[in-house]
Amino acid sequence: MSDKAHAQSGVRYGMAIDLDKCTGCMACSVACQAENNISFRPDESNKLRSITWMEVYLLDNKKDYPDYQFTYLPRPCMHCDAPHHSPCTFVCPVNATTRDEHNGIVTHIYPRCIGCRYCIVACPYHARDFNWWDPKWPKSMEAMLSPEVSPRMRGVVEKCTFCHHRMLKARSKAYNEGSDPDQITYVPACAEACPTGAIKFGNLHDPQSEVAKLAKDPRAFRILAKLHTEPKVFYLSKYQWVHKLSDNGLGEAAH
Amino acid sequence: MDKALIPDGLKRCPLPVFSLWLLVLLGIIGWGVYAGVVVLLDALNVTGLNDYFGFGFYITIDLAIIALGAGAFFSGFLYYGLSRYFPALKELHKIINLAVIVGFVCYTGALAVLLLEIGQPLRGWFGYWHANVHSMLTEVIFCISCYAIVLVIEYVPIILENRKLDAIKPLHVFGHTLHELMAIFALTGTFLSFFHQGSLGGVAGVLFARPFAYRTGFFVWPWTFFLFILSAIASGPAFTALICRAIEKVTRKKLVDDSVYELIAKIVGRLLLVYIVLKIADTLYWALVLAPEFGLKLTDFYRAPYGMWLLVTEILICGVIPAIVLNVPGARKSSTILFLAFFMDCAGIVINRFVMTIQALATPVMPFDRWEVYVPTMYEWAPGIAMLAYCALVISLSYRYLPVFPREKELNP
Ligand code: SF4
Ligand code: SF4
Repeated sequence: MSDKAHAQSGVRYGMAIDLDKCTGCMACSVACQAENNISFRPDESNKLRSITWMEVYLLDNKKDYPDYQFTYLPRPCMHCDAPHHSPCTFVCPVNATTRDEHNGIVTHIYPRCIGCRYCIVACPYHARDFNWWDPKWPKSMEAMLSPEVSPRMRGVVEKCTFCHHRMLKARSKAYNEGSDPDQITYVPACAEACPTGAIKFGNLHDPQSEVAKLAKDPRAFRILAKLHTEPKVFYLSKYQWVHKLSDNGLGEAAH
Repeated sequence: MDKALIPDGLKRCPLPVFSLWLLVLLGIIGWGVYAGVVVLLDALNVTGLNDYFGFGFYITIDLAIIALGAGAFFSGFLYYGLSRYFPALKELHKIINLAVIVGFVCYTGALAVLLLEIGQPLRGWFGYWHANVHSMLTEVIFCISCYAIVLVIEYVPIILENRKLDAIKPLHVFGHTLHELMAIFALTGTFLSFFHQGSLGGVAGVLFARPFAYRTGFFVWPWTFFLFILSAIASGPAFTALICRAIEKVTRKKLVDDSVYELIAKIVGRLLLVYIVLKIADTLYWALVLAPEFGLKLTDFYRAPYGMWLLVTEILICGVIPAIVLNVPGARKSSTILFLAFFMDCAGIVINRFVMTIQALATPVMPFDRWEVYVPTMYEWAPGIAMLAYCALVISLSYRYLPVFPREKELNP
């Protein structure tokens, strides 16, 4: 595989999630579900088949009381920035999922996806979900669907898009107002909904942005850094055991 | 009743017995078709697949059957390509028709199952239209469909040798012309097959975020690319030989000379030896260098039911042992040992394809992930078993009505 990276623009959207602030209220997950017209079924007990773009994990330090500690870890798509390709975009036979090199967002073209699930297999973060059923909403909810996000059909894969419809809207606005669309900032639904402000979003390439500063914080880490997937989602925690759970072979807590 | 269709001078079982056999096979195929239709209409939620196991039984059986079907292209390559330099390979002429038929059924069967595997089967053609040249799956889609066409072209002249069809002049001329061109098709098939056998290995090997499957490699091809080619050519001819022996047992006839089995054993034995040495080297490099780079140990990859026993069975029992047996002339002499070695060889390759598909996904990657177990449902078993029944059906019909084995008459006076 070639290590040559694609030329990148000045914009690289990324996220920083402060686990020390996260209360596990799941507002991010719910907001994402509503914003992105994510379908659900009357029985969602099979978690291996439910569609959740923003999954919230419960981690603990595997110790007994009184040393027991736990944390919640919200996991969107990492919009992996590995040189050349993300693990998932690289494998798609029909170019249905690609990384927009203008802003680093990994997108998905639903009407082109053939549903081979090779991208699901390639993603180590389980960020991708397949539509095992036809999407259906209770009648009373149909009026609440967002007209800005197309619902997905059965048989295709979907995942977090960093709410790129919000980005497109902000870019159009900037364009119409005569300002530089590349300078826009926008907030995805999860970050907007988080009551404790644990989720920050912005341009990682802008050294002044909050997210770029948080990414350099001593508390910051990324999940599975050793795989060189180069996730654009950073986590913050003051607990070493949480850091150790972020990658394999980092210590006892990892097992 | 169907005597006029049976090749001249050859004996076949009575039609009612044959019909009964066909009926059983058709019953199984019907069951598989029913399951397939349910999958197409009701979606993949009827299978055991989920977001953890994006690939499952369908992909495993496809990978396995395509590897075992490699006897067609490899025998063709040896016979049409190399026999002028190594006359001993001319012996393969006696089994080449069967190799083509086995290849044909394996590939067409695999393509049918592949159709069920994708969530949007009607978009299957997007693979050609929106092809992503970086994807190993694109290489697979192109090469397998092209090679399936080559196999059809190779199979047609065998069909046209049927007594009744051969009597029709234009068909006779057409079949004869195709025969003349067979070397070109065989070599085209060889080229395509090397690529798709390899890219099937590449499908797993390029997954750089899946430490179980990922391998470094040469240029754009991971080592699994080369290992899959080698393992396919080291097992495909053995599978053809096993099928041939099965037909011999069922029909209680001798269909090819023992020298053919002996030749296949020698070829397969050497290839399997090379393969297993490289596979062991690959496994050691993976366990001692690659995995530690990702912070993992070999033992992290194995847990019941996907335990170390899989590694031992694949490499030691079904790899090293048949590789040794097939390289010992004395052992090859005993037909029981010979065919057992062929069987173990094929079983080892099937386990390899299973491991590279299902176990690769069962192994957690994030430290806080869980091990999951995949259990296929009837809607996966049925099309898979039906595909095998389809293979048996085409082979049975071909054996009955076509002169598949050129030496059958002499060997059964
Ligand atoms: S987290 Fe998964 S889906 Fe998202 S970009 Fe990375 S590999 Fe692709
Ligand atoms: S499931 Fe869709 S997006 Fe994923 S690899 Fe297949 S075609 Fe591409």
